[in-house]
Amino acid sequence: MTQPNHSACLKIISPGTLSLLQDAGRFGMTALGLTQGGPLDGHSFAWANALVGNPLHSTVIEHSIGGLIVQATAGCTVAVTGAVLPLLLNGKAVACWQAISLKAGDELELGYMTQGLRAYLAVSGGFAVALQFGSSATVMREGVGGLHQDGSKLAAGDQIPLAGQATLPALTTPNSQVQQFSLPPLVSVAALTKAEQKQSGASTVLSLRLLEGYQHHLFSTVERARFYLNSYQVSTNSDRMGYKLSGSAISCNSRALLSEGISLGAVQIPPDGQPIVLLNDRQTLGGYPKIGTVLSLDCWRLAQTPPGSLVQFSPLDSYQVHNALALYRAGFSPAAKAAHPQHAATQEPL
Amino acid sequence: MAITQPQLRLELAGENAFILYLKPQQISPATAAAVQYYCSLLTPLLGQHLTELLPSYASVLVQFNPLTHSHLSLLPLLNQVLQAKAAGAGQLAQQSSKIVELPVWYSAQSGADLLSVAKAKNLTPDEVIQLHSSQSYQVYAIGFAPGFAYLGELPAELAMPRLSSPRAKVPAGAVAIADRQTAVYPAASPGGWHLLGLCPIRMFNPQQQPAMPVAVGDQVRFIPVSEREFQLLGGAL
Repeated sequence: MTQPNHSACLKIISPGTLSLLQDAGRFGMTALGLTQGGPLDGHSFAWANALVGNPLHSTVIEHSIGGLIVQATAGCTVAVTGAVLPLLLNGKAVACWQAISLKAGDELELGYMTQGLRAYLAVSGGFAVALQFGSSATVMREGVGGLHQDGSKLAAGDQIPLAGQATLPALTTPNSQVQQFSLPPLVSVAALTKAEQKQSGASTVLSLRLLEGYQHHLFSTVERARFYLNSYQVSTNSDRMGYKLSGSAISCNSRALLSEGISLGAVQIPPDGQPIVLLNDRQTLGGYPKIGTVLSLDCWRLAQTPPGSLVQFSPLDSYQVHNALALYRAGFSPAAKAAHPQHAATQEPL
Repeated sequence: MAITQPQLRLELAGENAFILYLKPQQISPATAAAVQYYCSLLTPLLGQHLTELLPSYASVLVQFNPLTHSHLSLLPLLNQVLQAKAAGAGQLAQQSSKIVELPVWYSAQSGADLLSVAKAKNLTPDEVIQLHSSQSYQVYAIGFAPGFAYLGELPAELAMPRLSSPRAKVPAGAVAIADRQTAVYPAASPGGWHLLGLCPIRMFNPQQQPAMPVAVGDQVRFIPVSEREFQLLGGAL
């Protein structure tokens, strides 16, 4: 263990739209009513850590929309992954998806995102943040986690202490292969603004692979066909708790349900028939009927998708889910290995 | 790939999860005892591969580590254990659970709806207090917010539908009722339940171990206290 260097920190000059400290999430605490939290885009999160040589679950800054400016008070190595955005080091453009060396006093600015909604900033050695219920994940609604262990978002003037040296050397060459590996491309924000105006024009439809489960048997064949054949639009009422969709209403032969545990990606159909995909900060219990759950890999993509975009569900069975996850992990490993021979042997992605 | 048995149904609940449904799907002490029973079976069965075990009224959500297990690898194991043990669930004695006493300052001052509940139910406020505090309640589920425990069953004489429009702010510690349930609000939040009083004990305290005085399966009894006692116990209006 390297001793934390308490004078070294990353200082928030401007938090931009929304910046939250997140590690892989809070697990084993739902019996207290505490939700999972953690990164909305687990792929970009793991890569940000991999690029700077950290264990893949280390705490990072999850930044939404744009405008984050940080300053290093000591030399360190950082990487920014996730959404496409202009990244400026002391005002000069630098590349995302690669390790960047910062000297004391250097300022790094994450500009407004042109594709996707979430970016991840990791620092070599990670941030030294006290854990709450086993995790640093910030859940604003619960007042749990984060820099001050009170669920607050990062604010200008916050100083996040650096933990020390990374366990592995940082990756110093750009690796354009890693960024989109095995995931569909991000949807352009600009294209969607237009789509929002026209209510129809989005050029790409994000496919959400869904494993049927929960109350799927309460949805008739006709309703299921309607659910899979139509595309749905991401509403503006979407956040870390869930993504609300609008489109063809789905009806359910539901009696009143007792509240029950909700998994990541669960698609609940409230009485208005408009699906909601529940994400990291979801309520732990809920009583609306659920048709199934979206694959984690596709939840990550959905969380990068701006309002107005179109999504479409496609059913997967348990075997296909198993294969999809195994393929993703297998793909991640060689990519990580190419970046970092030591990594693949010792670590697994989320 | 669901298992169906007289008392049980196992459904997929995500790429790393199953949900176990008990039959019948209803709120009852017997169902709650069965939920506890299956939780006690599943914990040693899955061991370190278990990432979440979330009991509710009549279900248990089981999440496993997707790096070491899949539905395909776990289903035979779960099937075997649940088949073998399902028979035992019928003769379940009440699980050993702790009884937690929670002091409550019942009054019109501390419970904004005490008088309206009494009026709606044709009772005096004292009768409402007496009914609410004269029995013990089972902790059926914890959720909605950290530390929010759903307690049941409320005497039928006190059952009230939720407020037609929720309050913007219910104070922390508010003791409230809705339908056949009662609860103590762990933190100030919006809420649509009827408020009868205030409890000085914090239902969720991240700085304390354990963070909650109750767990699913426990019994709760409300003890009426005076305003003075409420203050001595650390309560504040």
